[in-house]
Amino acid sequence: MGIGLLGKKLGMTQIFIEDGSAIPVTVIKAGPCVVVQKKTVLNDGYDALQLGFDEVQKVKRVNKPITGHFKKANLPPMGFLREFRVDVEDLETTEVGGEFSVDIFEPGQFVDVTGTSKGKGFAGVMKKYHFKGQTATRGTHEFFRHGGSIGQNMTPGRTMKGMKMPGHMGSKKVTVQNLKVIDVRGDTNILLIEGAVPGPTNGFVIIKRAVKKPQ
Amino acid sequence: MNEMVDLIEKEHMRLDLPEIGVGDIVKVYTKIHEGDKERIQMFEGVVIRRRGGNTRATFTIRKVSYGVGIEKTFPVHSPLIDRIDVLSKSKVRRSKLYYLRNLRGKAAKLKEKRV
Repeated sequence: MGIGLLGKKLGMTQIFIEDGSAIPVTVIKAGPCVVVQKKTVLNDGYDALQLGFDEVQKVKRVNKPITGHFKKANLPPMGFLREFRVDVEDLETTEVGGEFSVDIFEPGQFVDVTGTSKGKGFAGVMKKYHFKGQTATRGTHEFFRHGGSIGQNMTPGRTMKGMKMPGHMGSKKVTVQNLKVIDVRGDTNILLIEGAVPGPTNGFVIIKRAVKKPQ
Repeated sequence: MNEMVDLIEKEHMRLDLPEIGVGDIVKVYTKIHEGDKERIQMFEGVVIRRRGGNTRATFTIRKVSYGVGIEKTFPVHSPLIDRIDVLSKSKVRRSKLYYLRNLRGKAAKLKEKRV
């Protein structure tokens, strides 16, 4: 629970901290995130705020339902819409059109970052599940990067569900937990977060307070 | 690269250090922390490589100590570098002087560039 931010990954770099060591950071443009809709228990069955981020440059490419949704809120269409479950008190203090910016986070705080991972296409088991493959020598042929057995014989007579096999990898929703906020820049809405976050440069991300760290 | 990332990198760059190039003979003074004490260590040699841009740039110095070649790589913009003295510059025709690793003694000497 609690509000988070929507953002865009701008890239990674490294910066030096006080003790002289270089740390890897991801630069994220997070905000301004605008409240597009308020969802209430009465109306929708739950309390949430819908935030929008990244104003659309070419308005004519936005479809009619989305255009209407933003027209209701009297806002320009935005490219990224997500909901955050909030408490009733927070719902009452915010209005449609209100903004959230990076100042809800502070340096030193821990966050969870969600994004869509880079697509890897159809991948084998060595890349996808870190299987070891087969030995390169001792008579192995045409079987170097295969997985091993996928089951038994008559009993059970079928391959178990969920067996790890080759297939599509990436382009999935991935969350990385407990990343440290290094710097918050209110003027440009920039967050510097230690370590890598899922997804490509210019990919959309969701930043929330870390669920596994005490606040 | 995104221009915002570029700006953030520029903020962390050190502009007080002298410009060093490949082939330069330099003395690098680095701050070393030992417990709560701090001292300065010097490393002298020839710059054989520069790589990376902005804050990510590093340079590598090679020297031969008691017949053993030693190479040390420093981040160009590290706050742990106290100062750098450029002793001399050399005429070089490569951007990476890896061939020095196979040479020793007088053969590993570079021609000095007079400015």
